[in-house]
Amino acid sequence: MKPKNLLRTLLAFLFVFASTQAFAKTIKWSMQGDSLTLDPHAQNEGPTTQVSRQIYEALVTRGLDMSIGPQLATKWKAVDPNTWYFFLREDVKFSNGQKMTSEDVVFSILRAKQPTSDFKEYISTVSGVKAIDDYTVQIKTSKPNPILLNQLSNIFIMSKQWSNENFAVVPQNWDAGQETFSATNAMGTGPFKITLREPNTKTVFKKNNKWWGNVEHNITEIQLLPIKNAATRVAALLSGEIDLVTDAPVQDLARITASAGHKVESTPQMRTIFLGMDQAADKLRSGNTGDNPFKKKEVRQALYQAIDIEAIKKKVMRGLSEPAGIITFPGVTGYTKALDKRLPYDVDAAKKLLADAGYPNGFDVELRCPNDRYVNDEAICTAVVGMLGKIGVNVNLFAQTKSKHFKELKDDQGDFYMLGWGVPTLDSHYVFHYLYETDASWNKVNFSDADVDAAIRVMEGEVDLDKRNAAIAKAWKIVRDNIAYLPLHHQVISWASKTNVNVPIRPNNEPLFRFSSVN
Amino acid sequence: MDSKNLTLFNRIKDSDIYFSFIKSPTAIVSTVTLIIIFFCSFFVELVTPYNPFDPSSLSLMDAFTPPSWTEDGLAKFILGTDGQGRDMLATILYGSRISLIVGFSAVIFALVLGVSLGLTAGYFGGKYEMVVMRLTDVQLTVPSILMALLVDGIARGIISRELHDEMAIYVLIFAIGISEWPQFARVSRAATLVEKNKDYVSASTIIGVSNLIIMFKHILPNILRPVLVIGTIGLALAIIAEATLSFLGVGVPPTTPSLGTLIRLGNDFLFSGEWWITFFPAIFLVILAFSINLLGDWMRDTLNPKLN
Repeated sequence: MKPKNLLRTLLAFLFVFASTQAFAKTIKWSMQGDSLTLDPHAQNEGPTTQVSRQIYEALVTRGLDMSIGPQLATKWKAVDPNTWYFFLREDVKFSNGQKMTSEDVVFSILRAKQPTSDFKEYISTVSGVKAIDDYTVQIKTSKPNPILLNQLSNIFIMSKQWSNENFAVVPQNWDAGQETFSATNAMGTGPFKITLREPNTKTVFKKNNKWWGNVEHNITEIQLLPIKNAATRVAALLSGEIDLVTDAPVQDLARITASAGHKVESTPQMRTIFLGMDQAADKLRSGNTGDNPFKKKEVRQALYQAIDIEAIKKKVMRGLSEPAGIITFPGVTGYTKALDKRLPYDVDAAKKLLADAGYPNGFDVELRCPNDRYVNDEAICTAVVGMLGKIGVNVNLFAQTKSKHFKELKDDQGDFYMLGWGVPTLDSHYVFHYLYETDASWNKVNFSDADVDAAIRVMEGEVDLDKRNAAIAKAWKIVRDNIAYLPLHHQVISWASKTNVNVPIRPNNEPLFRFSSVN
Repeated sequence: MDSKNLTLFNRIKDSDIYFSFIKSPTAIVSTVTLIIIFFCSFFVELVTPYNPFDPSSLSLMDAFTPPSWTEDGLAKFILGTDGQGRDMLATILYGSRISLIVGFSAVIFALVLGVSLGLTAGYFGGKYEMVVMRLTDVQLTVPSILMALLVDGIARGIISRELHDEMAIYVLIFAIGISEWPQFARVSRAATLVEKNKDYVSASTIIGVSNLIIMFKHILPNILRPVLVIGTIGLALAIIAEATLSFLGVGVPPTTPSLGTLIRLGNDFLFSGEWWITFFPAIFLVILAFSINLLGDWMRDTLNPKLN
């Protein structure tokens, strides 16, 4: 090759290289944990939904302002209180090019109702789904459901054909540790598709060129790189290795803000952190008294009053939390400021309550905590251990990664545990249906109250809003007075990113990359 | 009694070792440092009023107090407090005790195992020697930290979780010990090969002394010098290995933190300006390992010039 030709070739390479660099817009996104599974119906968990939301879509969805709007359905109407019609978009294709029709919608909703689905509680009132024609779906409910749309916004639509071909007709049985094709592969109608999946290491999303929507983003690739250690995550952000962190550690916000190329945004999150105490077991698995102290309301109240939530707010959360009295937050139907008031912090009262309940010397118990799920989760638990130690309750802390934590909780292994609860439907019913109803799937404290169960039925079927709100208020009062759970605080989340990366922060901590840009 | 003690003292005073010791400032400084560290670590209850392992004595409101000489510092917390309100000085000393216990036990374990195998291999020779020496070769190809991680991983697999926290320290000792024994085996075998051909061994053999007595009563005292040198340096290595494993989160549980665990816990606060939480345990570890190494170097120079 002549030198001149060589030079030309080199210049050509340089041009190609430079131009792809200019057009490729990659966001490297990090948080402490990863999505648990790509199967969109297998796990109802924050980061899992955050990942699924980029690749899968639902009939309706919440926009940036958190209000419900059309997504795969353009419009809908209820012909009678129990019968809904959804009219689908006709230009929707899955990322493999196959057209989406009402068959896929019917299939997906029925799939989410299967026993192995973690979303079956969302649509428990849905009694029948039928395809009227290719782009019309009829949904029947067993009783009038005022929050059907809120619930459907979390039911992702999969391809029936793809699921059939890949043995994914039923959701992955996550609780039993099943491995399926759908858990590591995804094929949806969303703005991005997954091209590489290495759980807990790296997930690559590429822009889905077949997406039906108006492209408002300029991103060609997203890489999700979970980094468990907070300091390492911040170091990666500051060194430029990572573009966006959706759970910036509270202790490092000042340092990140001070960096010239980075910015921090905070917003109250739709998530409440609380502790659960098993009230049904005859004997604590990790106890030393041979019985279950948590059965007594006095004991639960003693633990409640022994926790200095302001100290946790100041020292562990660095001011970025809002002490909570109930497991729901402003913006959710049924929330009131009066309910959200905590019992006072009072160590002497707590000691007295404990003595009155018959445990003057306290007892032993194990506290189970995730260490990569909520903001400073393990540090909160460590602080709780110290505070309960002051009233004689000898707590042994067991912190582990969230996938094990959740699995073992579902397996009924927890006496005393930490959990956080968001409310995607923005309605109190969601909290009661999962956490308080007798035998509900996340009711691991085994709380049971006939009046609460009755109120939940009213929430599901009552269209008169005044009556419905009265039922919600009554249910909150009962569970609050019973100290069914020990609420801690509402989380405040902080996102840190490079200044040229614009991902709108949302109170449910869910990024929507279709509204994001890299400059 | 008195006169006997005096003679012992005089014997020490007249010895080469003592002479070399007082002529070496590094040896004196490192010994004094180590004595202070050992005393403070093993009698920590006398040194500090705080017990960082008793959660009920802590107050979260004390958390993140900077060292006492800084602006916001409090006199009662000389080196400040960590994220749970534990006094850093007390926590470091309690942590150092655990590090030292693990370090010493691991070295003793490695020493006993390595010397018995090396001594017998050197003495008996033959196929047995070959097997033992090839075993050390194999072992030396695996980095010791990997070996320790492997042992810890297996232990976690077979021991139940409740038991593991209690067993963690023994697992750690075993893991570090098992990765350090080949050094001892090699050195003691080499020394045994030299001693074996000396006249006193032949004499013992001729008068019918049993192999066991020859090995452990006659040869062992003569090969102890190089072994002790290796042991001292091995102690520093074992303490650092323990810190590394605990830093990686596979060592002792955070409820009874060692120096490595403390450095790991403090690492989360490096960016936020709470430098003292990780700095003091780290600098303490450096001083400890450095002093042991200096002492080890001096011992090597004095006891066994050949080992250079």
